[in-house]
Amino acid sequence: MKKNEISGGPLNGVWKFFASVKLTVTLLLTLACTSIIGTVIPQNENPAAYFHEYGEFLYRIFSFLDIFDMYHSWWFQFLILFLTINIIVCSIDRLSSTWKIVFAKEISFDIAKLRKSYKEEFSGNRTPEELKTLFLPVVSGSFKYTKVEETETGFVIFAEKGRWTRLGVYAVHLSVVLLLAGGLAGSFFGFDGSVNIPEGESVKSIILRNTGREQPLDFEIRCDDFNVSFYESGAPKEYLSKLTILENGKPVYNKDIIVNDPIRFKGINIFQSSYGTLKPKEILLSFTNRETGIIYRQKASVGKEINLPEAFGKFVIKEYSGSYDFRGHNLGEAFLGILTPLKGDPAEVILPMRFPSFDKMRKDELIISVEDAGRRYYTGLQVTRDPGVPVVYTGFIVMILGCFISFFMSHKRLCVEVVKKGGKSRVMVAGIANKNKLGMEVRTQRMAKLLSEKAVI
Amino acid sequence: MNSSNLLSITTFIYGFAAFLYIVAVVFKKPFAGRFGTWTALAGIAGNVSGIVLRWVESYKMGIGHAPLSNLYESLIFFALVIVVIYLVIERSYVNRPIGAFTIPLAFLAMAYASLSPNISDRIQPLVPALKSNWLIAHVISCFIGYAAFAIAFGLSIMFLFKRNDSNEESYYLKFFPDMKILDELSHQMIMFGFLFLSAGIITGAVWANSAWGRYWGWDPKETWSLITWFVYATLIHARFMRGWHGKRLAYLSIIGFAAVLFTYFGVNLLPGLHSYGQ
Repeated sequence: MKKNEISGGPLNGVWKFFASVKLTVTLLLTLACTSIIGTVIPQNENPAAYFHEYGEFLYRIFSFLDIFDMYHSWWFQFLILFLTINIIVCSIDRLSSTWKIVFAKEISFDIAKLRKSYKEEFSGNRTPEELKTLFLPVVSGSFKYTKVEETETGFVIFAEKGRWTRLGVYAVHLSVVLLLAGGLAGSFFGFDGSVNIPEGESVKSIILRNTGREQPLDFEIRCDDFNVSFYESGAPKEYLSKLTILENGKPVYNKDIIVNDPIRFKGINIFQSSYGTLKPKEILLSFTNRETGIIYRQKASVGKEINLPEAFGKFVIKEYSGSYDFRGHNLGEAFLGILTPLKGDPAEVILPMRFPSFDKMRKDELIISVEDAGRRYYTGLQVTRDPGVPVVYTGFIVMILGCFISFFMSHKRLCVEVVKKGGKSRVMVAGIANKNKLGMEVRTQRMAKLLSEKAVI
Repeated sequence: MNSSNLLSITTFIYGFAAFLYIVAVVFKKPFAGRFGTWTALAGIAGNVSGIVLRWVESYKMGIGHAPLSNLYESLIFFALVIVVIYLVIERSYVNRPIGAFTIPLAFLAMAYASLSPNISDRIQPLVPALKSNWLIAHVISCFIGYAAFAIAFGLSIMFLFKRNDSNEESYYLKFFPDMKILDELSHQMIMFGFLFLSAGIITGAVWANSAWGRYWGWDPKETWSLITWFVYATLIHARFMRGWHGKRLAYLSIIGFAAVLFTYFGVNLLPGLHSYGQ
């Protein structure tokens, strides 16, 4: 669609509005400035936290403007939509004239324009005929296209290359449209959610991040095992989940995933994102008679009283604590229990997992410790589907190539005009490029130097 | 000699080179400038050896990884790229006053890395999210981009100095390149930086998609890199399409570099996923 087809009327006005680079500059700067807001105000937090932080008045204004989820707000999306239309309209508006230049049937040269551009002049003592045979190979050596035109007093060599690079900028614009289209496709046809799977268990659905709703999957994900390893410093080294995909109850695929190495199965991606420990189910305890050294082992679970051997009475684990604080010291994971001897008062027993002999401090004749906490992990997985990714990645590649072409390559044109003057020749070398004029000046100088060396016997 | 010592020495070498370039401008001593070039080359040698040594040390510690994983390591690399790009410019434009406006930036980056009490120079093991082949590509692209923008910033400042002295009264400014060259050169740097910033954002997006399952999440670092991208995209359009030149572009280039600095340092003050950079 060319712009002169929509002559006059309101459509033309709209077209002109969107074809303006002023609009581009305004939109880019507006996007730059408004994007700052969402980096200063944390996004998507609990409304109560915002209310507390900003007070009622600001909270109301911010909520109205969707500041708390601003990158998905109506006005931000509106700016992006405007930028997209702007890019498309600008590109179409200018493409037709570029197209005519790039795919011209016959390449024509405007010698008057070239004469006005950067030029070098010198004289040679060979005749134009001699120079023609000497110059042509030099010029065509560094230009893809060369053409010779005879003139009354000599000849002109026209040379050019990189005509197609004028399309680079359209590649960059196309890439931006591809990115936005891919992003849009992803938000319409994709999903992004997470799920926690205890070791040994499986799930058929996940919880969506944005809405908190449940999203069923076409298959089952089973977590066979989860492992976390640490460096000596205590920093995490690797999270690894052994996962199996089941379809109709039958395993069809399995893989160990770590961060940065997800499962990609039937358009769905499964990422390692977090982990945690579950409340232990069955705990193996040991009871040592301090005097005889005899060790008894018994299984226990939280809240269930067990009878102890000899005359030690009864023991019950009251609760599990993920980080137990003992006189100001954090003991980490621990069980708290009550020992009720046959005679005497019940005593509180603390069983930290990191310190198995902690109970010796009670100085009782019975020492209790945890042999196996029956600890179970769950793996936290991020599960996504995004059919827009191939489009976005295509956009990425096109953008890099397009930027390279439009920044560092140009349509270069050169003309060498030779005029007979007596038995000698007068030579003019002129060069022009649509970008990087300084660079073209240097090239023209170099070419003139090369040719001037040939022009003299 | 460990890598941290070597890099501390490099900091002083860059400081000395910056001093020489400034002396060459202020006291009009071409000799100091030539000596500055050699000093800068020595700095590069120290910088590269420091990075390589650090890489080797990390393998000796059994946690081998490319030294591009935290703020300290990125600053070291940033300084190196600034000096390398500058020396390439110096070679092709044979103008040393530019060094007085760019080498100090490399020195400041190194000094900040070496001397700031908030920046640890310990070699740390990689947390799971950083264990990716994209780490190297992402960090290298971003910092080549940032370094190019830093040099464009230096050139823009030079341009503004030169412009305020249009009657050529100042003795020092005579040795600066022509305004036309400063303008063109800083534009070249910005295009170069823009290409690498784009590549940096893209490699980051691809990496994020393999680590977290999304290529874009409006995390503050991502958003700020996009803001920077918007500013330089504005500049490029203003120049190519609206014929902006000179002063206005120089100011935009300075704003752009401010955005780069905020993307680099300021974002650490904000909450987000890029906290390894601290």
